[in-house]
Amino acid sequence: MTIALHNMPWLEPVVKIAKGENVSQNLQTIIKSVGIPLAGILVFLMIWHAAASNINTSLGQFPGPSDVIEQSGNLLSEHNEERQKAVAFYERQEKRNADRLARDPDYVAKIRPYTGKPTYIDQIGTSLITVLSGFILASLIAVPLGIVIGLSANLYSAFNPIIQIFKPVSPLAWLPLVTMVVSALYISDDPLVPKSFVNSMITVMLCCLWPTVINTAVGVASISQDLKNVSMVLRLNYITHVIKIVLPASVPMMFTGLRLSLSIAWMVLIAAEMLAQNPGLGKFVWDEFQNGSSDSLGRIMVAVITIGLIGFLLDRIMLMIQRFVSWDKSATLR
Amino acid sequence: MNTLLELTQVGIEFNTAKGSFRALRDVNLKIKQGEYISLIGHSGCGKSTVLNIVAGLLQATEGGVVLNGKEVNEPGPERAVVFQNHSLLPWLSAYQNVELAVKQVFKGKKSRAEMKDWIEHNLELVHMTHAMHKRPDEISGGMKQRVGIARALAMEPDVLLMDEPFGALDALTRAHLQDSLMEIQRDLNNTVIMITHDVDEAVLLSDRIVMMTNGPAATIGEILDVDLERPRNRIELADDPRYNHFRHEVLSFLYEKQKKVDHTTSAVKKANTEKKPAVKPVNEKVA
Ligand SMILES: Nc1ncnc2c1ncn2[C@@H]1O[C@H](COP(=O)(O)OP(=O)(O)OP(=O)(O)O)[C@@H](O)[C@H]1O
Ligand SMILES: [Mg+2]
Repeated sequence: MTIALHNMPWLEPVVKIAKGENVSQNLQTIIKSVGIPLAGILVFLMIWHAAASNINTSLGQFPGPSDVIEQSGNLLSEHNEERQKAVAFYERQEKRNADRLARDPDYVAKIRPYTGKPTYIDQIGTSLITVLSGFILASLIAVPLGIVIGLSANLYSAFNPIIQIFKPVSPLAWLPLVTMVVSALYISDDPLVPKSFVNSMITVMLCCLWPTVINTAVGVASISQDLKNVSMVLRLNYITHVIKIVLPASVPMMFTGLRLSLSIAWMVLIAAEMLAQNPGLGKFVWDEFQNGSSDSLGRIMVAVITIGLIGFLLDRIMLMIQRFVSWDKSATLR
Repeated sequence: MNTLLELTQVGIEFNTAKGSFRALRDVNLKIKQGEYISLIGHSGCGKSTVLNIVAGLLQATEGGVVLNGKEVNEPGPERAVVFQNHSLLPWLSAYQNVELAVKQVFKGKKSRAEMKDWIEHNLELVHMTHAMHKRPDEISGGMKQRVGIARALAMEPDVLLMDEPFGALDALTRAHLQDSLMEIQRDLNNTVIMITHDVDEAVLLSDRIVMMTNGPAATIGEILDVDLERPRNRIELADDPRYNHFRHEVLSFLYEKQKKVDHTTSAVKKANTEKKPAVKPVNEKVA
């Protein structure tokens, strides 16, 4: 209960009102924590609506809030239709197989997969898988690297210029190189994952590595001398020192870096998907743009909002993980 | 008894941005098994530096430290340190903090159950069993310092090094901890080097008080033998002319012979002016 309340602060006064505690004051708290953000959103929607009706493009009027709602509905029903088609396709196959089995008991049934075009929801799924693969790969490299260079002032000085130079590089610059290298090295007749996926994933990884490396290294380097002295007096070896002292002490900074990395990863991914033609939200936006139907702008706007919402959700999830693993529960995390 | 710990001609020079800075020179000291030594001196004279050299956290530029016939050149659990600001790992409970030390020192020597008993025994020595599963941020400053002492005692060190162990505590808590420490000392007979700013604490706890001259290039000025019999009782001693004589010796060393010239009031001065009325209303004349 307390954990649930922790994540939804506005629930607390609701619970209190339900218990009959201090009703008017708690009502005020609710208005403050829910009402004001709601009002902000409402004003934004109004401005957006007014502005949209005044912008005319070659593809028609700029989509307002109502177009976005309409297009979200369309995208969802397209998804449901596609799913129904798939279900029907499998049912037909199963029926056919059952019939053949009845006639010929030796027949080995085969089910061919359904190959419809990916729906909007599928594309969200692909994007999430790609971004998480790239991010996890980056973290697996960045955290150990950050710890190692944070522990040694010399290594830090050696790596710092390299990090500072690569940090501001845009994904657009990496992608051609990554594509060429992947085409040269990732050769297989029956690839486990498509090349476009590998390209996007590696580009994401290269771009989101740096915040985690830097923040982890800074966190490790700023561990108090007292704790290091304790470790020295106890003669902890390198590994024990890292596990018992360095890791817990640098968890807050490490997560600051990880959260920055994940938000960069998500931003980079959309650009990478556009260029790498990896089926995902980026490709969706690109395809709609190329399509140029009267619905396109509305659909792109749906994608823009989806991208924002997912980015926000990803950050919240990281925050929850941070709360869970960090020893310092009292630290303010935002 | 034989000498356990010996400092011979210890000196140290720090490399600073403004060139080298000589902090200590010619420090000579022999400490016997079971002795309780206090280091006293004005702020910044080099007391922590001496302690850190013995701990192995700093390397002497000249001279050396020999413990049990072996030269000291790196830190180790046989020279356990109680740090001024407790230095507990904030993500571990009191028990786990002691456990980390015990596991490290007694790996392969004690069984799991024996280790548990030993950790609890040491927490009991400092009266911390009731809060042993609390984390440092959930206990008071005095309790943290007790856990720090338990952690050091649990390493069964040859020498216990304490850098102003009670410096950050209020007078009452400090008195409590001093009494606890005397009790523990009576039972375990550890060899202890303790830095203090508190003249009463030095006289009450020590067998010898090592008084340091002002830096730079500080060294040992005088050594005072405190041959008051143990167990010592702070209330009885407050009325004891010998006790006040020792206090006077230390005070006159600090404020007459090693008078601090700079304007920043040293912590020694503060600590003592604060405490005077509480502890010493009686025999000023005797000394
Ligand atoms: N790592 C260092 N580099 C340069 N100078 C240092 C270093 N450590 C200590 N010093 C200097 O050596 C002198 C002695 O310092 P030390 O910390 O030993 O004093 P102290 O007697 O423990 O003081 P306090 O009572 O305030 O703790 C000081 O002048 C200090 O500035
Ligand atoms: Mg000091």
